[in-house]
Amino acid sequence: MSETAPLLTVEDLSVEFRTRDGIVRAVDRVSFDVRWGETVGVVGESGSGKSVTALAIMGLLHPAGRVTDGRVIFRGVDLLAGGEGQRRRYRGRELSMIFQSPRTALNPIRPVGKQIEDVVRRHADLAGTRARDRALGLLAEVQIPDPGRSYQAYPFELSGGVCQRVMIAMAVACVPALLIADEPATGLDVTTQAAILDLLKQFAQERRMATLLISHDLAVIGERSDRIVVMHAGHVVEMARTAELFRAPRHPYTARLIASTPRPGATLGDLKPIPGGVPDLRGNLPPCRYRARCDRAIPACDEPPLPRVELTPGHTVACRVPL
Amino acid sequence: MRQLLRHGRYVLTENRLTLGAFALLLVFVGLALVGPWIAPYDPLATAAAHKLEPPSRAHWFGTDHVGRDILSRVIVATRLDLAIALSAVALSFVLGSVAGACAGFFGGWTERVVSRLVDTIMAFPLFVLAMGIIAAVGTSVVNIIYATAIINFPFYARLARAEVNVRREAGFVEAARLSGNSSARILAAHLFPNCLPPMTVQASLNMGWAILNSAGLSFIGLGVRPPTPEWGIMVADGSAFMVSGEWWIAFFPGLALMLAVFCFNLLGDAVRDLIDPRRRT
Amino acid sequence: MGVPLLEVHEVSRLFPVRGTRRWLHAVDGVSLSVMPGECVGLVGESGCGKSTLVRLIARLLDPTGGRIVFDGRDIGTVPAWRFARAAERAWIQMVFQDPVDSLNPRFTAFDTIADPLRRLGVAPERPRLRDRVWEAADLVGLSRELLGRFPHQLSGGQQQRVAIARAIAVRPRLLLLDEPTSALDVSVQVVILHLLADLQQKLGMTYLFVSHDLNLVRLLSNRVLVMYCGRIVEAGPAEAVFNRPDHPYTRALLSAVPVVDPGERRPRIRLAGEPRSPVEPPATVCRFYGRCPEGFERCEREMPALRPIDRDHQVACHLFESRPGTTLGE
Repeated sequence: MSETAPLLTVEDLSVEFRTRDGIVRAVDRVSFDVRWGETVGVVGESGSGKSVTALAIMGLLHPAGRVTDGRVIFRGVDLLAGGEGQRRRYRGRELSMIFQSPRTALNPIRPVGKQIEDVVRRHADLAGTRARDRALGLLAEVQIPDPGRSYQAYPFELSGGVCQRVMIAMAVACVPALLIADEPATGLDVTTQAAILDLLKQFAQERRMATLLISHDLAVIGERSDRIVVMHAGHVVEMARTAELFRAPRHPYTARLIASTPRPGATLGDLKPIPGGVPDLRGNLPPCRYRARCDRAIPACDEPPLPRVELTPGHTVACRVPL
Repeated sequence: MRQLLRHGRYVLTENRLTLGAFALLLVFVGLALVGPWIAPYDPLATAAAHKLEPPSRAHWFGTDHVGRDILSRVIVATRLDLAIALSAVALSFVLGSVAGACAGFFGGWTERVVSRLVDTIMAFPLFVLAMGIIAAVGTSVVNIIYATAIINFPFYARLARAEVNVRREAGFVEAARLSGNSSARILAAHLFPNCLPPMTVQASLNMGWAILNSAGLSFIGLGVRPPTPEWGIMVADGSAFMVSGEWWIAFFPGLALMLAVFCFNLLGDAVRDLIDPRRRT
Repeated sequence: MGVPLLEVHEVSRLFPVRGTRRWLHAVDGVSLSVMPGECVGLVGESGCGKSTLVRLIARLLDPTGGRIVFDGRDIGTVPAWRFARAAERAWIQMVFQDPVDSLNPRFTAFDTIADPLRRLGVAPERPRLRDRVWEAADLVGLSRELLGRFPHQLSGGQQQRVAIARAIAVRPRLLLLDEPTSALDVSVQVVILHLLADLQQKLGMTYLFVSHDLNLVRLLSNRVLVMYCGRIVEAGPAEAVFNRPDHPYTRALLSAVPVVDPGERRPRIRLAGEPRSPVEPPATVCRFYGRCPEGFERCEREMPALRPIDRDHQVACHLFESRPGTTLGE
């Protein structure tokens, strides 16, 4: 299979949730791709649809959610067309995911080593002592001190950082081609956060593992990603290489997001809030969902469809009046 | 208030079973209120000429071994059965939630006393305990209420303890302390209202059980005295005739009993949806 | 220098460890002082005792040892359960991390803000109560139409405004901010930070701002305290601590802060292992020893005390003691 084609291509992905108060269009025609070995960051406020996108790719959406449109092509195969059986073949082996709260994602009454072993048995077809050795090896690879003892430990006996390392060990057990990391370090301490992100980077480099890094924290995304996808209210508003995005953001929302993120040397006066909030995603929405918060809007913004303009190669923006 | 009504309508119409249960509740409450006036016959009047008649146009539910109209007796019994259950549940709700909430909030010896009390009650088969209490203090309607309340007490005490305990460390409790609330006030005004939804569900589910319990006590002769119409006694009276084919004597009061229990169990979930503010939008 | 508003002397708080007869040293001999009108930042990682320390100062917890002096009065001796009725209660208020958790789900915004006004006797009856609630709501930029709503009907930013309004309604002199923005989105976070800065100016309050996010602490604070394992390891002007951190832990902490601009990044200082257990830690070993990239033999023998290395700048580390045993302060 050719390695020049992207590893993962998401095309016009749309997801809806049925709720008591109507249909929530959580993700609307989202498109992006991830190339072999690269780290793509997805950033956005809560309610921007970044986690829903990740879950839709994995086929792990909540039952109330439904993919209404679009394709998710992983290694040339459309995961959405193939059904659950096909997704299960990729999931855990070539496509892995880690979540924000590792402690709740682990089984509380099974030693963590055993849980890693379960993954190894199921996906790497190892058995007996070889599975156990592999699990111990993985614990060492994610730099958990004293793997032998940690193997026996239950999740509640371990700190949040160590639990997240265990999750990473499970996720990388089968050398996946793509790891989706949904807020992998949120809620952890700064030093632990840095260590976890370092570990992910190390795996990415050593194994040419592509990473889809999802976070609400622009600083984390900016520090760790090769390319950035900015999401707002279920739309991809801008996509560019990291340096370019920070140097010359073209979507007004991206610019506002950068201006509101604390950075060294900035004073409180330098930080500008983003007016308004993420719009209610029920009912009839304008073509541009940033319209109500935007100070650059022109009448043409109310006319569908939402444009998707490639300003320079690799830098696309969904705006009629880009900066 | 209008919002609450709108939400209530939503809860009822969303689930047909709930709507059915609610309609059934209205029927039972209606019968309890006006039963004596709408019953076609005097529930106590015997008529030797009409004894053991199967259901007919004149006696829809048939008559019993002394010729009393079963339909009338089932209708009139509603008030007593519901009243006993309601008072028992109310009593155990109040006692159990106060004791449980204090145990959960203060911990220490309060918790130990309440927990041991609950454990002691739960150590007996509850129905046998109720029988024992009645046997010891004598048969009367008030004693049935006390006995039923005592065997229900552990459920409320445990639930209240658990609900208060998980919220004891919540931020809003600390904030209430910063606002100058005393411990008693925090418990009564801040914590307890938040524990009400599960407690109310428990009460609703318990109603059915309490009805069954008081009827059970009457069934074995430890409750209401004949000839007072009461579902439990009526089932007991009729059970002797089941074998000889007069099924209607036990069947109809039994059906009323079953429907009442069924109705309160179904309403439990609806009540939770109704009173939890987070489910309102 | 004036008189400090808050002085904490050698305060400790121990918690019994369940199932053992051992004690967890959450806060261990901490001293600090806060001047009126200052904003002091308190940074440290989870489990370092910063939450316990602010709850001791807020008088929600009783100290095991030490003194807490507020405006010249020793408030540490009144038991926490009785402090709710003390005259000083209104002077120290707090904003919590998670507004969802800190607002009573069954209270409307109005009732939440009115609660301290009623209980502390500031404005017990309407219409004065209503005026004070409206005034607090106006101060935090909460529109009056929202006052009838329950927390779940408000956005995260609005919820935190309600929580701030409740705290400032009784005009506290010291406001403790326990990670007030960490549960909020960036866009909302900036708004709340601006609001807090404005309120401090308008009402002349003093802040103790607790956060694990150093980028935020830097924005609001004049002075910074760095806490590690129940002890303060570095204290000094925000400028100095952030730009020229001295304690090895502060340096590691700052190097871990994510920075977008590659030119601004500091070389990462990696810390080995996990923090020392706070359960009865040895009294003669530096708490950071074992993880410290610069630890040496003396760190294992002697706990370093917090000593001045510069004007207003103190560090608890043996690296900065030119002459062992003597210090500038003594």
